[in-house]
Amino acid sequence: MADPILEVKNLHVHFETHDGTAEVINGIDFAIDRGETAALVGETGCGKSVTVKSIMGLLPSATIPEGEIRYKGEDVLSLSDAERHSRRGKEMSMIMQDPMTSLNPVLTVGEQMMDVLKWQGRPRLSLSKLVRDALSTGAKAEHRKRAIEMLGEVEISAPERVFESYPVELSGGMRQRVLIAIALLSEPDLLIADEPGTALDVTTEAKVLDLLDELVEERDTSVLYITHDLGVAREVSDRINVMYAGEIVEQAPTADLFANPQHPYTRGLLESIPTLSTGIGDGIEGHLPDYTNPPAGCRFADRCPHAEPDCHEAYPYPRQTGPDHATACHLFDGLPARERHESLAAERVDIGTAPWLSAGGDTHSGDAPGDISADGGTDQ
Amino acid sequence: MSYVDYLVRRAIHSVPVIFGLSVLIFLISRVIPGDPVRLALGPEATDQQVAALRAEMGLDQPLPMQYADWLFGVVQGDWGMSLRTNNNVFSDIVARLPATLELTVVTLFFAVLLAIPFGVVAGTNKDRWQDHLSRITALFGVSMPRFWVAIVLQIVFVVSLGLLPLSGRLSDGVAPPPAVTRLYLVDSLIAGQFGTFVDAATHLLLPTVALGLATLAQVMRLIRSDMIDEQRKDYVLAARAYGLPNTLIEYKYMLQNAFTSSLTVVGLAFGFLLGNAFLVEIVFAWPGMARYGVQAILYQDFNAIVGVTIVVGIGFVTANFVVDLLYGYLDPRVRLEEG
Repeated sequence: MADPILEVKNLHVHFETHDGTAEVINGIDFAIDRGETAALVGETGCGKSVTVKSIMGLLPSATIPEGEIRYKGEDVLSLSDAERHSRRGKEMSMIMQDPMTSLNPVLTVGEQMMDVLKWQGRPRLSLSKLVRDALSTGAKAEHRKRAIEMLGEVEISAPERVFESYPVELSGGMRQRVLIAIALLSEPDLLIADEPGTALDVTTEAKVLDLLDELVEERDTSVLYITHDLGVAREVSDRINVMYAGEIVEQAPTADLFANPQHPYTRGLLESIPTLSTGIGDGIEGHLPDYTNPPAGCRFADRCPHAEPDCHEAYPYPRQTGPDHATACHLFDGLPARERHESLAAERVDIGTAPWLSAGGDTHSGDAPGDISADGGTDQ
Repeated sequence: MSYVDYLVRRAIHSVPVIFGLSVLIFLISRVIPGDPVRLALGPEATDQQVAALRAEMGLDQPLPMQYADWLFGVVQGDWGMSLRTNNNVFSDIVARLPATLELTVVTLFFAVLLAIPFGVVAGTNKDRWQDHLSRITALFGVSMPRFWVAIVLQIVFVVSLGLLPLSGRLSDGVAPPPAVTRLYLVDSLIAGQFGTFVDAATHLLLPTVALGLATLAQVMRLIRSDMIDEQRKDYVLAARAYGLPNTLIEYKYMLQNAFTSSLTVVGLAFGFLLGNAFLVEIVFAWPGMARYGVQAILYQDFNAIVGVTIVVGIGFVTANFVVDLLYGYLDPRVRLEEG
């Protein structure tokens, strides 16, 4: 991680609810290099959207008691609202998940694109700008040209017609393309893609994903790709972060993760993918834990087929299990990933003896981990 | 479907509504208890006299014929004599309608104009002080009877503070502006008589507030709840993610979506105010049609009642037509999905 464009360090996000404080994000770390596509994979409700909304600064009702979000080295959580606003859209933009509801139904595509070109990054409306825009036809024509050009780049065959259309007049695939076009209008350096295409049929989804891939490749945009589908993540990303119940349970380069999935949750996800030879996958029994009263130990322990009594008690810090592979599971030994050990110890979280304090020869004597990684190879 | 197609289609749709309305008014006028012929001739008329007048008035004809005659008369401006004023009802109404129209249109305009920002502010600050303030105002506006508000306003602003005139459309000694539309605000501007304009406006102020408070409250609450619904929609999150200014998102993106259900209420409110302005008109001695209508009812002034009903009915139909046009403008789905 030489020069990451985005670094999330030990991020905690809490929501106040009627039943108490919901600790929805519980200390996650990840980073995205420039030009890299990282995926955040997990089931619905695991905190993916909360994570990206915290990055974008779109969670007014949440509190962030701890953690850092660094964009190009700058801690965005310490910026003022106006400063964050000025980066939103321009520097980091977002492709929304549902093309049917993410465009304003009562305005034409063109009008929505023009608004983005005109107003993006400005915290408030200014009357003088409104008047100036109304008078200047040159800027308007230029914006129009730029918008239509962008619609062409997302391979819409009749950009002028789409520009004049209302969203209801367009198909789902077309609208998804429009959403991509709007997100890329300002040539952002970081693009957050929140499950684009999931609302579409499989063929259209594949086309849209290919297109998106091409576009970010051309621009060298860094992408954070949110999905619940490991298959899609494998297709699009260089690196995968598997998320469960507000924690990142495993992170590895894409190829490595599929070759050697470690965390029982990752393995469960892989087994859930239906295949032709084995039929419908098994899925994982059970539900996400209650965020207002999360388990003290591993949040996955209740659903984990390999859980041991200790798993319910001791917090599973992410540990380095390979050169570029981290897993938050007691079944694996390894140095705490990303130097979290001291901070965890300071918080008096019971993480057991630090691995480097126990005898060096002992670290790989555990029996269960050996079994698991042997299984892992056959899973893909 | 283009907007012009939509407009034409909507206009055609209101033709059967007007037809149905006229049939309804005609039937009501025929089933109202009391025989208009005997009423007109008095208790001592003989049967021959009654039959003669009945034939003369066309009341011995079958109903469809009577309807055709009646409709023909109504279209020509022959709305019958008022028993109370002894004038043609049509000219009575023409003389009074502008006063009521001016009152209702100004009321509705300001009610909506103020309801929009209040509703938006309340909706985007849900459960904060702005919202509570709007809730209290709304409760007050809806639950206080209009005539009571009118009297309280008179006591405070006229009797105690002496700021505003008590009643009527113009002060004594101020001549009405030359009649063009008979709406004093408009006519005085056309004639360039700014003094008269200000005088008419100050006379309008209290009746407008008394009449419009409830409508303002109603529309404001609707906008508030629709804004709250809109806030959860994906396109709002998307617009925020694109970095658009909040004011733009609230007043352009959300309001246009949130305003449609309020629009229906505004359309209905216009018809309602036309017919129900009388409470305020009586308190402020406003020479309007609503007051005329109530007096007609009290005097069993049959033709006048029908006349006022026709005007209020047409007011309703027109208001709903305008609402449909605005729907088509504000929400393109209305016309796109119809075509």
